[in-house]
This record gives sequence, structure tokens and C-alpha cells, in this order.
Amino acid sequence: MTRRRVAVTGIGVVAPGGIGVPQFWGLLSDGRTATRRISLFDPAGLRSQIAAECDFEASEHGLGLATAQRSDRYVQFALVAAAEAVRDAHLDLGREDPWRAGATLGTAVGGTTRLEHDYVLVSEGGSRWDVDARRSQPHLERAFTPATLSSAVAEEFGVRGPVQTVSTGCTSGLDAVGYAYHAVAEGRVDVCLAGAADSPISPITMACFDAIKATSPNNDDPAHASRPFDADRNGFVMGEGAAVLVLEDLEHARARGADVYCEISGYATFGNAYHMTGLTKEGLEMARAIDTALDMARLDGSAIDYVNAHGSGTQQNDRHETAAVKRSLGEHAYATPMSSIKSMVGHSLGAIGSIELAACVLAMAHQVVPPTANYTTPDPECDLDYVPREARERTLRHVLSVGSGFGGFQSAVVLSGSGSEGAAR
Amino acid sequence: MSARQRTGGRQGTAGADRRAVVTGLGVVSPHGVGVEAHWKATADGASSLGPVTREGCEGMPLRVAGEVRGFDAAETVEERYLVQTDRFTHFALSAAEFALADARFGRADVTSPYSVGVVTAAGSGGGEFGQRELQNLWGQGSRYVGPYQSIAWFYAASTGQVSIRNDFKGPCGVVAADEAGGLDALAHAALAVRGGTDTVVCGATEAPLAPYSIVCQLGYPELSRAGEPDRAYRPFTETACGFAPAEGGAVLVVEEERAALERGADVRATVAGHAATFTGPGRWAESREGLARAIAGALAEAGCRPEEVDVVFADALGVPEADRAEALALADALGAHARRVPVTAPKTGTGRAYCAAPVLDVATAVLAMEHGLIPPTPHVSEVCHDLDVVTGRARPAEPRTALVLGRGLMGSNSALVLRQGGTSPS
Repeated sequence: MTRRRVAVTGIGVVAPGGIGVPQFWGLLSDGRTATRRISLFDPAGLRSQIAAECDFEASEHGLGLATAQRSDRYVQFALVAAAEAVRDAHLDLGREDPWRAGATLGTAVGGTTRLEHDYVLVSEGGSRWDVDARRSQPHLERAFTPATLSSAVAEEFGVRGPVQTVSTGCTSGLDAVGYAYHAVAEGRVDVCLAGAADSPISPITMACFDAIKATSPNNDDPAHASRPFDADRNGFVMGEGAAVLVLEDLEHARARGADVYCEISGYATFGNAYHMTGLTKEGLEMARAIDTALDMARLDGSAIDYVNAHGSGTQQNDRHETAAVKRSLGEHAYATPMSSIKSMVGHSLGAIGSIELAACVLAMAHQVVPPTANYTTPDPECDLDYVPREARERTLRHVLSVGSGFGGFQSAVVLSGSGSEGAAR
Repeated sequence: MSARQRTGGRQGTAGADRRAVVTGLGVVSPHGVGVEAHWKATADGASSLGPVTREGCEGMPLRVAGEVRGFDAAETVEERYLVQTDRFTHFALSAAEFALADARFGRADVTSPYSVGVVTAAGSGGGEFGQRELQNLWGQGSRYVGPYQSIAWFYAASTGQVSIRNDFKGPCGVVAADEAGGLDALAHAALAVRGGTDTVVCGATEAPLAPYSIVCQLGYPELSRAGEPDRAYRPFTETACGFAPAEGGAVLVVEEERAALERGADVRATVAGHAATFTGPGRWAESREGLARAIAGALAEAGCRPEEVDVVFADALGVPEADRAEALALADALGAHARRVPVTAPKTGTGRAYCAAPVLDVATAVLAMEHGLIPPTPHVSEVCHDLDVVTGRARPAEPRTALVLGRGLMGSNSALVLRQGGTSPS
């Protein structure tokens, strides 16, 4: 079976610091940060009281009232990002065979924010186990299952082919695009809306990361709190948002005269079978994911021009990831810029992988590497080029994006400029 | 340099000639814990539907469900895994253990940790654990939220824990899905096998019977609110009034056929074909076309003619419009054969465990082919559609090809073709 080439023909982003691709790229290329004190609820009493929030009003982004009412915040993000991606791809789904179109969306925590909201009502403030069903509000069942995410996107755009929600924790955003990549490459669909969304800035999610001290307590200086790879980092800063990519059979894209941003040329994921939240210092499993994705793209590690890091800003992640990239890219790792946009837009759990892939697509389109904001003090154990604070022009033909998540999952995606030899597969 | 050379460990070469076969079954069902108890009750046409007795659920408007009773996770899984996981993951860890034992797949069979992956489907995650921690947070304060909330509630918990407990480092996947997703997870496992992974531990388990989880499900118009266990879930009848939910599920060991034969495993069935479509939540009439296309796609991938299908494990939602759509979809996809092929829905005896329901059906289908017996559809007698629904007693037969169907409340339709045994001469 010949695998088909998979093109990216459209992107849409809802991210902290501004809704839409131009605002998102403006933030990244300026090296600005969107982290601040939480405003979505009163965070008093929490260890980490900061997050990167989206200033998002559903009605301002074309969502009808009925759609907005039945959709959780993370689903709204996805719908807005998908609409932008479809517009960007000049894709008229009404002219496509709907049974040959798919939707694959990732989320780590799905509708938990809404679930928590109604929980408080039915339990009368957490006072009873045998909750009172009569106090819940409409559409709660849509928050109960994250299948709602891909279902809502498929409904909105008339998709009739395979529809999946992927939920592999913090690698969901890479894996959702990876699943879609396989679906297009194997010929099960011609077009796929692929992306991820999360809106985890809620008391329960902030509290559960407080409990394991995974998030940054830099409450006095939120703008500089997310410091991946910096010696003074002390945890990640929660984020929220969504990104959707239009993936398409390259021949299909060419036949309809679509502009091709780049191709997805490789993807792999492995488990570390080590710990639900812990990482080894060696980074063997992430290296394995990178190597396998490179093999799929028929590339050597030395072909990679930029690494978009997971870069969450926890000490164990930053060291694990640095070791993994060195293992896979060898000496070339030292000559390769590697940055974390989580320094600017925070860590939106399942969404961030897709947001980072959107950043990679834009980086290739502009031939500019986004920086790692707030990076000032090197950690001796993290000795690569993390692109401190300022974006950098660079020729980008092949780009690698990696992710690491709870459950021990390690994923890697390779993107290649269209027409480059490594994309042929 | 290949990944193998760079990071070590054997991994098979990818290719379409790599077929995914089932070599082991692990079941935690309302009928009982373990394959034997499940099959016996299923073959007898027994019903395990009953009142919801989990703590705090007594006063709920949901009256009938399939609870897993007599399950003690500690019999199979170490305490350190149990304290940090929800009931749905307890089921998954136990079912995975049963499946690996059933496949006689031991440490010695792991040629490289990267050659064994884990894929699960999950519809709602660790709801009971989550409710407890929400109660800690809102009843007492954020400092009372425990360290395991971040890894117990989320949908990836079972895949992660099965991977860690068994030291499986292969591709890990999680399909967070409606009912159809259980079949999609198996398709995902087959994809991993084609992609070079030798073994995938794959399945779905659910535990949606905590009080707040039930509140969340009350919004589904398809949920049965009937009070009597023998009337709550009667698909394909005039008195169909929705579905009874359930907990539990199944995990399968899926292997690349040659790898399985090489280690001397019994090749029980082949995952021969799968296809999925989407027609939108609640639009059951439209699911006719979606399901028919999924069936046609799965048969095409399996290289299977409609007349070769020996038994259909129906989705059997129990909503009249949906049942009609399913009957018509079978007619559309199988032609005249749709009226002749035995159709069964043993899930009327267990309830419908969301994502896990069709995976349990796949396990049951493997057992049905092995026992030469098509299990009946409990609680169903007067069928009002032009289908040969197996009711009453199990029917002796020699099914060699099974079609398993799943549709979800969020609008997905999936079909999976299962062939008895392997395809290679052994």
C-alpha cells in the first residue's frame, strides 16, 4: 500500500494573547507573554494563581447563540479555530465528498470546567455525595464525554467520515494530528480537520496540579513566570486554547489549487512505562519517538532545522527533553535552535501540541524561529540553543515538534517544507 | 540510520501484509469477572440488569443498569496502582491482566518493550474518583485535593497505567469516544500492528455509575428510565424505551499474526476490516446511511462478501427510530442476506457500557465462533423488524465471520469484521 503525502493547507488558532493566526504569530514573533493572574475565577488560596488566559467572547467570533449555549468553552475554542482553518484553506466542504472528510480532535481534560460548575450546584457546594440531579443545567451530558469535541466540529462543518476525539493527556494535540496524518496517508479520508482544544483553568484542575507542585508559584510576577529551560524555572503555567489544521492528501490539495503550507512527513508516539508523571533523565522513549518519526519522513536527525520543544518549564521535563533531542540529533542538536512557546502562551494541556504545530507551520511560512521568552539564566544540564527572548530568521525546511505527557506518553511530529525531498513518502 | 539502530530494540517492518489477530481476551462484565463467567451467562441468555446500588445512587432517576458485582481489583492488581486510579482503570488493569494470561503472553514474549503498545477507549474517565476530589475541594478546600486527581480522572489513565504496570513502551493511544469508539480503538490497534508494532493490548472499560456521573447522563434522551430490569432495555421491539447503561468492559491482546504464530500463540480471530462514519448526535434516522457505509467499508477492507457474514452483533440502542435505522442499514449493506443472517445483541443482558460495549461484543463474538453458539438477546422476544434476531435460547451454528456494530450518542457509527482464526495456514 502506497502511503499518500499529507499537506497542511489551513490553520486556525485560539490562543492566549489574541484570537486568530495573525494575533498568535504577532505574540510569538515579538516574544511577548500572555501569562497573568487568573481572572476566570478567584484563585485566592491556590499555590499557583497564574495562567495564560484567552480573552474570548464566543459571539465576537461568529458562534451562534444556540451553538455557544450547548458548547463548553473548549469546544467553542475548537469551533472558532476550525472555522479559521477552513477559511484559510479556502476549503468549501460543501463541494467535498463529506464521507471522505474526517475530524480528529484532541483534548486532555475535556469538559471538566463545566463538570465542576454543575457539580457545585448539584452537590450544594460539595456538601453531599448523593447529589441532587434537579439542580443541574442543560447540556451537561455534552460535558460528560469528550467525544463531544470532535462531534461538535464535525457537525459544524458537515463532516461525515471518521470522527475521533484523542485524549492522550498532554500529547493529545500532537497525537490528534498524528492520527489524522495516518488517516489521510492511508487513504481513509482525503481531508481531515485535525487539532486540539482545552480550557482547563478551573479550581479543580489548578488544585490537582498544585497538589503535585507541577505548576509555577511565581504569583508575584506572572508575565515572567513561565521560564522553560531557564535555571530559575519552577513549574509550568497553565494555559488554554485551541488550534486546528486542515490536513489534506497532497494530490487532492493540488487538484483544487490550494496553497500548501508544508507537509506532515512523520509521526510517532511511545510510552515510557516508567511513571504517570515522572520522567527519566535519559529521555530514551522520547528519542525513540523522534527517531521513528524521522524514519517515517526518511530523514536523518541532521536534517532538522528547528525543534519546537515541549518545554513545559519543569526541571525534570527540560532535562529529559534536552537529553532526548541530543540523543536523536547527535552533535547537530547543538547547532539547532530549540524553543518553547509555552514561555508565552502557557501550557494548555491537550491543546498545546496542536497550537505548537500551528506555530511550526507559521515558523516555516515566515522562515522565523519563535523564541523562548523569559530565558535568561542557563541551566548547566540544559546546554542547547533555546533561542532566548528574541525570534530569529532561519531557513526552515524540516521542523520537529515534540511532546511529553502524563501517562508517560512521548510523541514527535516532523513537518517538511512542500517540495522538499524528505517529505516524499 | 533507522530507529532500531539508534535506540535499540526490535520492531517489525511496517506493511499491509501485517495482519492483526486476537490471541487473548480479558473481561470484567456485569455477568461476572473473567471470560468464563461472562460467557456462561451470555450463552444462557441470563440478565444481569438490576437496580443501581452504588453508594449515593439509590435515589437517582436512573433505576436500572448493569453493575459489575463481586469485583475485587486487589485480586489481580497491586495496591499501589489501585490507590491512584478510578474504578474504570481498576477494570482496565484487571482485564488487561486476564487478557495477557489468556494469551499466555509473558515477559519472555516481549522481544522489545517498544514492540508492545496499549490502546484504550474511554467515554467518561474516572468519574467516581473525580467526584470524591471535587467534594474534597468544594467541601473542604484546595489543599484537600489529593496528588492522584491529576492522573486518575483523565481519559488516558487506563492506557498509561496498563503501559506502566506491564512495562509496555510501544505506541500508546486513547480514543475518547462515544460507543462506536470501542471499535475505533481496535482499528487503531490494527493500524499500529500494520505500522510495525507486534502486540497491542487494546480495549475499553467504563465505570459511569457514580452519583454525579449518572446526573450527567440524565441529559441523554436515549437513556432508559424504566424501573423493571426486564423492561428497561428491549431493542428491536415495540416496547423499546432506551438503553440501560453499564460498567465494566473488555481488553484484548491483538498481535501481528506471524509474531503470534512464532511464539506459539493460539490465533483466535482476525481483525479483518473496520470503517467509521459520522452522522451526528441524536439523528438516528440518518445513522442508517452512516452505518450502512461503515458496514460496506469494513466488508470491503476485509475482502468479505455480505453473504459471508455469519452473525451480526448489533448496536441495538433500544430507541425505536435508531433500531429501525439499524435494521435498514443492515438491509442496505447486506442486501437479501440481512433477513437471513442471525442478529444478536447480548448487551441487553449486561447493559450498555458505552465505549466498552462493542469491545465486549467483540470478545463475545470470538467466544461465539469458538463455541459454535450464537448467544441470544435477553429480554427481547417480539421483534418488530425484518431481522432474524436470536431470542430465547442460544442457537447452535458455525459462525466464521462476525460483524460487530457500534453507534454512539455523539453521532459516530463503526463496523468491524472479525474472522475466526488466522489467515495463514498454521
